[in-house]
Formats: sequence, C-alpha cells, structure tokens
Amino acid sequence: MVNTKNILETINMIQQENLDIRTITMGISLYDCVSEDEDRLCQKIYDKITTSAEHLVKTGCDIEKKYGIPIVNKRVSVTPVSLVGGAISPDGYIKVARTLDRAAKTLGINFIGGFSALVQKGMTKGAENMISIIPEALAETDFVCSSVNVASTKAGINMDAIKIMGSTIKRAAYLTKDKDSIGCAKLVVFANVPEDNPFMAGAFHGVGESENVINVGVSGPGVVSSAIQRAGDCNLSELADVIKKTAFKITRVGQLVASEAAERLGVPFGIVDLSLAPTPAIGDSVAHILENMGLESCGAHGTTATLAMLNDAVKKGGVMASSHVGGLSGAFIPVSEDAGMIDAVERGALTLEKLEAMTAVCSVGLDMIAIPGDVDESVICGIIADEIAIGVVNTKTTAVRVIPAYGKTVGDSINFGGLLGRAPIMEINRYSPAKFINRGGRIPAPIHSLKN
Amino acid sequence: MKAVITVTGRDSVGIIAKVATECSLYKANIIDISQSVLSEYFAMIMLVDIHELTIDFSDFSDKLTALGKGCGLDVHVMHEDIFNSMHNI
Repeated sequence: MVNTKNILETINMIQQENLDIRTITMGISLYDCVSEDEDRLCQKIYDKITTSAEHLVKTGCDIEKKYGIPIVNKRVSVTPVSLVGGAISPDGYIKVARTLDRAAKTLGINFIGGFSALVQKGMTKGAENMISIIPEALAETDFVCSSVNVASTKAGINMDAIKIMGSTIKRAAYLTKDKDSIGCAKLVVFANVPEDNPFMAGAFHGVGESENVINVGVSGPGVVSSAIQRAGDCNLSELADVIKKTAFKITRVGQLVASEAAERLGVPFGIVDLSLAPTPAIGDSVAHILENMGLESCGAHGTTATLAMLNDAVKKGGVMASSHVGGLSGAFIPVSEDAGMIDAVERGALTLEKLEAMTAVCSVGLDMIAIPGDVDESVICGIIADEIAIGVVNTKTTAVRVIPAYGKTVGDSINFGGLLGRAPIMEINRYSPAKFINRGGRIPAPIHSLKN
Repeated sequence: MKAVITVTGRDSVGIIAKVATECSLYKANIIDISQSVLSEYFAMIMLVDIHELTIDFSDFSDKLTALGKGCGLDVHVMHEDIFNSMHNI
C-alpha cells in the first residue's frame, strides 16, 4: 500500500500549502493559416485554434479530478502572429487579435498568448504593423497576451525596438486607463525569449516547435516555504537539500499531469516549466520563502544571494523529476502577484533597483511593477534597456512588464484582482536616459570569452 | 489501478459504511483502510482497486465528494499515481 505518511504529506501540500499545477498550455502552430486575405486568415486561425484545443479545458478538468490537484489555468499559445500575418495592415492585425480573443472565449480558457514579434535584430514590415497596434489590441480584447523579443545574446540589443516599446507601453496604459492600465499587464518585453514557455503573458508557440505541443507550468511557493519552516535552524547546505527534495516532488506532479494531458489530447509532451510562480493568495509567496530562509524582509541586503540559492536548488531538484525541462524555469518575482513582495514594497524594504539585481539570478525579470503614470517614455526605455542588458550579457532570459498606471502616482495603488493582484505605485529614478535611447541602432552582441 | 479515498470531518455513526456502500455500488474494491478518531475528529484513508469501476473515474470522484458534502465530511478521491510519482524515484 502507498505509505500513509506520503499520502498525508501530498494532501497537506495541496490543501494547506497551495500546491497546484499553474497551467496546462497547448502550443498551436498557425503556419498553415497564412493567407493574403485578412478575413480568410482570421477564419483559418479561429478554426485551427478551436479545433486543436477543443478538448483542452475538459481534459484539464478531468485530470484535476483524477489526481485531486487543482489545475488553475488552461491556456493556449500560438505562433507569433507577426510571422503569420506578414504584411497585412495594422487593421488586419487588430482583426487577428479579436479573433484570438473570440477563440479563447469559445474554448473557455483564460489567456491566449502569441500576439508576439521577434525583433532582436531588426523589424519586418509585419512586425512593425503588429507592434504599432499592440495597445489597441490589448485594450479591445480580454484574454490576448502580447510579447516582443527585443534582444538576444547572439544578436545584441535592438535599441530602436526598445524605443518603440517605451511608447507602446505608455499608450497601452493610456488606452486602458479605466481599468488601472491593465493593458500593460498583458504585454512583456523580452531578451532571449524561450519558445516553449507556458506562462503568460510571454507564452507563444516557437518557430522550432511541432504542430501542437503540451507544456505545463508547476507552482508551489507555499510548499517550499513550509518545508523551509519545518527544517528549522539548519545550515545552508541542508537547506538547499530541503528545497531540492521539495522541488522534486512538485515537479513530479507536473510531469505526471503533462504526460497524461499529452496522451489524452493526442499531442506531444513538450516541457515542464520548473518555475516557482506565486499568487496573491496568503501562503503562496516567493518573498515569504526568502524571508523564511532568514531575511527580515524581502529586499534586505542578502536578498539576491538568498534568491540565487533558492533558484538553483529548485532547478537541481526539478531537473531530475522531469524528462524535459524548459520554458522560464526559475523563481518568479512579480510584485503585484505576490503578497510578500507587495508588503516589502509598502514597508519601503524593496526598491526597483533591488528587484533589478534580483533578476540577474532568477527567472524572468521586472515583472508586474507599477510605476507613476506620468513617467517619461525614455525612462521606461531605460528600465527596459537595463533589464534586457542583464539578460543579454548573462545569456539568460529577462523581461520587463511594467505598468505606468495612468493618472496614478507614488502612494496610490492599482488593483487588477484575481491572479494579477494589486500593486503599490513604486518610486523610480527620473533622471533622463533620453539622449542615449534616441541614438537608436543596436547594441552589439556581447563577447563570450575574457569573462569578468 | 488503485485510488486513495480520504475522508475527514466530525465523527458520527456509519461513516465507513456510507463510503463503503458507495464504493460497492460502483464496484470499487476496498483493499485497505486505516482510520483514526482524535477528539471527535474523524480521519480515514481507504485504498480501493478501481479496475472494474463501472463509471468514469471523475464521476466516481464526484459521487463520493457529493456523499461527503451531504454528511458534512471532506472526501477526496485521488488516483494512486500522484503519490507514487511524488514519493518514489
């Protein structure tokens, strides 16, 4: 018989410590939808998505029941739309966004990713047209998520694209000003974007992927946090072991669910993403893990080292538990989606600069950070350029999802509700990088010898 | 194929009987039961063979959860694979 202690441990993880599968994301290729005619393109996209993912939600719910573990989100990612749309007009791209939204509503999923462009080296006409209407597309739709990759370690940093993204983010904030600038919560600017990431808002179905694929994102900050608490006053080597063992168990559930979903849907299994993804719920916070590891508050000096250790141990434990690991795989540190991060910002312990340093050693980047709405575009470009440079030089993924909340300033906060949570507006350094940004062009790819 | 049924809640007469009846109704064969009562709090773990289950696993799970709700108990049904994969290498 299965050991009683193990049964109780699993049940406790699910019921008390918020263990869940964060998302089952089906990647769908849209290459075969290409058409010169915008309406025909939209029809083909709608048909392809609603046919391929017809049983996604039901399958997710069935697996949820079989194993008794919540599968919080069922989502779809598609081939970057700018690659499929080609040179259709900006209006055509808006139609595509509406089509994606309609397909998401038909399927009953809560996000669809792939309103995306890859412009790390240069911008095609299609990418230009698509990026030009991202704010309108995000304002008009509910579930469409957009991402733009502006840099890679091999190509360098496309500063022209960063300049455009600065104004795109400001406009997205303005167009969704009635909803706390929620448009910006659905838009990510990347460096070294992974092509198999199941998490939103940055998910898309990469160019080297098969026709369809199932990727799964696990979660479990609460489980890790509790395990660390139980470990008591052990030293860091022992603590790393505790984290590894816990990450192993969490990831095994992800692998089990991913294999089962792939088999039931008749779609290849892609990857398990090992990320520790927090939610605003109490007891589901990455910041609280860091505090349980020994910090008075997240953001204190020592936070970067603590996070580096946590992130590494999660990966080491998770890698052995899954046959294929990919996506973002690391600890997420969004502000609005993490109760502990929100508290740390509100008590003045966590600043934007510290968050930037933390992103050098963990997954993703400056995520879900609210800044004053009147901040200059060039400052947003500067924030993006700094974060992207960290990713490019360190050969890792970094990203920026900031929300210049229209009409709000330091002392105010924004509240999206649900998984997106709430965020206090953070103070930022307003000295201008405008001259640097306006130079345009590309920052050359970094050298990868002579490391220091 | 086996499933683990866990039942928790306030103790009362006939909890095991109710769960066992529901299991027999759908041909889930009880293999093992461990149960304890701690200051009126009832906790039971039941291992059942579901090879010959006459309904869908998810329907079976729904039936037992509904049964639990009817008598103020928390009932969960989970396929044994989740425990095996989490706790065995």
